[in-house]
Amino acid sequence: MEITISRMLRVGVSVAALVVLLGEILYLWQAHGVKSDYGYFHGVPTPVDHIGLILEGIRHLDSRSIIRLGILLLIATPIVRVAFCLYSFGMQKDKLYIPISGTVLAVLLYSLLHR
Amino acid sequence: MGLVEFTFAVLLTSALAGLLGALTGLGGGVVIVPVLALLFHVDLRYAVGASLISVIATSSGAAVSYVREGFSNVRIGMFLEVATTLGAVGGAYLAARISTRAIGIIFGVTLLYSAWSSFRNNKDVETHPPNALAEKLKLTGDYPVGGARRTYRAQNVPAGFGIMAIAGLLSGLLGIGSGAVKVLAMDGAMKLPFKVSTTTSNFMIGVTAAASAGVYLRRGYIAPGLAAPVMLGVLAGSVAGARLLVRIRVPILRVIFAVVIVALGVEMIYSGATGRL
Repeated sequence: MEITISRMLRVGVSVAALVVLLGEILYLWQAHGVKSDYGYFHGVPTPVDHIGLILEGIRHLDSRSIIRLGILLLIATPIVRVAFCLYSFGMQKDKLYIPISGTVLAVLLYSLLHR
Repeated sequence: MGLVEFTFAVLLTSALAGLLGALTGLGGGVVIVPVLALLFHVDLRYAVGASLISVIATSSGAAVSYVREGFSNVRIGMFLEVATTLGAVGGAYLAARISTRAIGIIFGVTLLYSAWSSFRNNKDVETHPPNALAEKLKLTGDYPVGGARRTYRAQNVPAGFGIMAIAGLLSGLLGIGSGAVKVLAMDGAMKLPFKVSTTTSNFMIGVTAAASAGVYLRRGYIAPGLAAPVMLGVLAGSVAGARLLVRIRVPILRVIFAVVIVALGVEMIYSGATGRL
């Protein structure tokens, strides 16, 4: 179980970092040196529940959408880890840790997906 | 500053924060938020959002070796993650309710606590008396010492759980891993061995941060153009730091880093109190 977890984390982080890096290089290319003003907060929400919107952006090679995809992959990594623990506790028939890891997974999914 | 200069300045600063964070065990998040806010004049909400993403990356990256070496306790981590994730969702909601000035002050106090805690001597207790609740929840384990494996058993489970909820709240509110508070819960309250506490804490940080990330994304706290260099920089720095840590012992670095953190903490409290955040 431990070995699979560590392998899973490594792959998740590496893939996410690579996607973010690609997006960032493209971003520097596309923005033509114009920097967003981060001193003033004008939050543009990431459409978490509209993965289609992000994929649509990627089809048009929109760098921000690529970075967002990388960030979503990164967030998914620990969530998949918890899901895997739930599965292994299920295999071990651990009556106590099935509901415990189930609760953690439910909180994570609720926070990510509810409106 | 143009975009390219800004991006590289943020990338280098983040790499340095990640390097020092890994070498001293305090994590990069506690430094990167005040540096972005005070030096780069980034809005606190963007700084917190970018930091949270870097925290997920470094936690998941660093957890790899610890889990494999058998120090992290997956069951204890999972049990306490119930507290930290609920706390983190609460903290992320709270972040929108209270002013950036108040967040700045809370951040400053957390920085001062982190600096202080890095100098606590971490002596493990020798005996772990039987504990009914820990037994019932299977909060026991063993870890490698020399060639043998030493067993341990959690104490004060409700107190540890409560402190973990606070750690989660701070993580969601400030976009940091709050490793110092997590270690306080496990090492201080639950009397777990120090090495088990720090590594399990690190393992939990990613899950805790992921719990508030959804709320941050929906609020627009995570600006891609800023989060990307922060994440890549902190990740690269902390990977390099973890490699170096095997070879060098750096008490002097710990002192320097603590001084930096105290200075940033005081400056955050001052900026928050005078309304410059």
